[in-house]
Amino acid sequence: MAAGTIPITVELSGGLEILFNNVRKFDVELPATTADGSASNIDYLVKFLCDNKMTDPRRELFELNNTVRPGILVLINEADWELEGEGEYKLQPKDQILFISTLHGG
Amino acid sequence: MHPCAICQRSRAQIVRPKNGQKICKACFLDVFESEIHTTIIENDIFPTRGERVAIGASGGKDSTVLASVLKTLNERYDYGVEFVLLSIDEGIHGYRDDSLETVKRNAVQYGMELSIVGYEELYGWTMDQVVDKVGRKGNCTYCGVFRRQALDRGAKRLEISHILTGHNADDVAETILMNFLRGDLPRLGRCAEIVTASSTSTMKRSKPLKYAYEKEIVLYAHHRQLDYFSTECVYSPEAFRGSARSLLKELEKVRPSSILDIVRSGEQLLYKDIGPSKKTPSVASGDPNQQSTRKQTQKQEGPRLQTVGSCKHCGYMSSQPICKACALVYSLNKSNALVEVLVTEEPS
Repeated sequence: MAAGTIPITVELSGGLEILFNNVRKFDVELPATTADGSASNIDYLVKFLCDNKMTDPRRELFELNNTVRPGILVLINEADWELEGEGEYKLQPKDQILFISTLHGG
Repeated sequence: MHPCAICQRSRAQIVRPKNGQKICKACFLDVFESEIHTTIIENDIFPTRGERVAIGASGGKDSTVLASVLKTLNERYDYGVEFVLLSIDEGIHGYRDDSLETVKRNAVQYGMELSIVGYEELYGWTMDQVVDKVGRKGNCTYCGVFRRQALDRGAKRLEISHILTGHNADDVAETILMNFLRGDLPRLGRCAEIVTASSTSTMKRSKPLKYAYEKEIVLYAHHRQLDYFSTECVYSPEAFRGSARSLLKELEKVRPSSILDIVRSGEQLLYKDIGPSKKTPSVASGDPNQQSTRKQTQKQEGPRLQTVGSCKHCGYMSSQPICKACALVYSLNKSNALVEVLVTEEPS
């Protein structure tokens, strides 16, 4: 692992994978700190994914108001992100982050 | 680590939107299923043992969860009913053909009979052909009118008179908001009902997931590892519903209980209690799934009554001389489509 990065696994489901060239699961080396020096959290991960991994130009389908778009569920190691501080959760090595869209047809 | 609020033992993994309760996976699956059972019992959704009931199945999350939960509950509580999966093939390449593959797998997984009815056989037009003809604006109107009748016809063919749909609390709240914003009183009350028998159809329709949050449906599918299909229809911007949906998701973020609060409010706004007004809303209806009753409300003071006749063309039940589906097909077969049909939604 490169110095100053956190290795995590990102998984996309519920139709979100379409925004990422239909890739459902991939590993990410996330910079450990953001530009202003604070520890990388979920909100930063979302920005990082939009800047580096997303292939669809419609960024607002994933990110809204600098966090995850409402209607997309986030599971941090299989637990609801609401239990972990939501966008403020600071990522740890080997975290599994799952984004599931609830916005697609039933 | 948060301990589960129910069993006090395992790690909490889910925060319930309706009450903020933090619970573990096993307790979540249990409570999700029991609440749907309670909805079924309290609303007497399966009054007759031995009845065959259709589940409108699209392969998406809601109908997949519905089929899975109903199979579990029917075995656990012995409702004594038989479920049949009923799917509509709208003829949308790259969308419905893929999702139908999911339904076919579901039929095997849940041991249910599957019946598929297609727009092409019923109307002579696939949605792909409709879009080629009318363009991408307004094509959802055709699809909605065709679907409602197609489900009825598919069920009738199976000699079934009760269709279950996967509408969840979020869907119902969205529709309530839309009807509220449109000022559509008659629909406002009806869209919140759990069991409906339309005036133009003898078919009973029920929504067993009416009180289930979309979030919990998705989490249930995830934790049970259900096989569902989640690509958006290639033609489906549905702009107005999209706005209602975004508003609802923002509300949920601020106050998760707001979704059920809207559903409960909608239930209180029954048309028969409010009474019809002589001054009826003049907005165009964008929801082709339900019959407009504007004309009836203008004629009558009391609760609306529709006379059910049959369509002169296809013989299918209709409150008008020609049913909406036939009117749309007629316009497609003529050269000038779309706009005129939308305007003359209620042929007089």
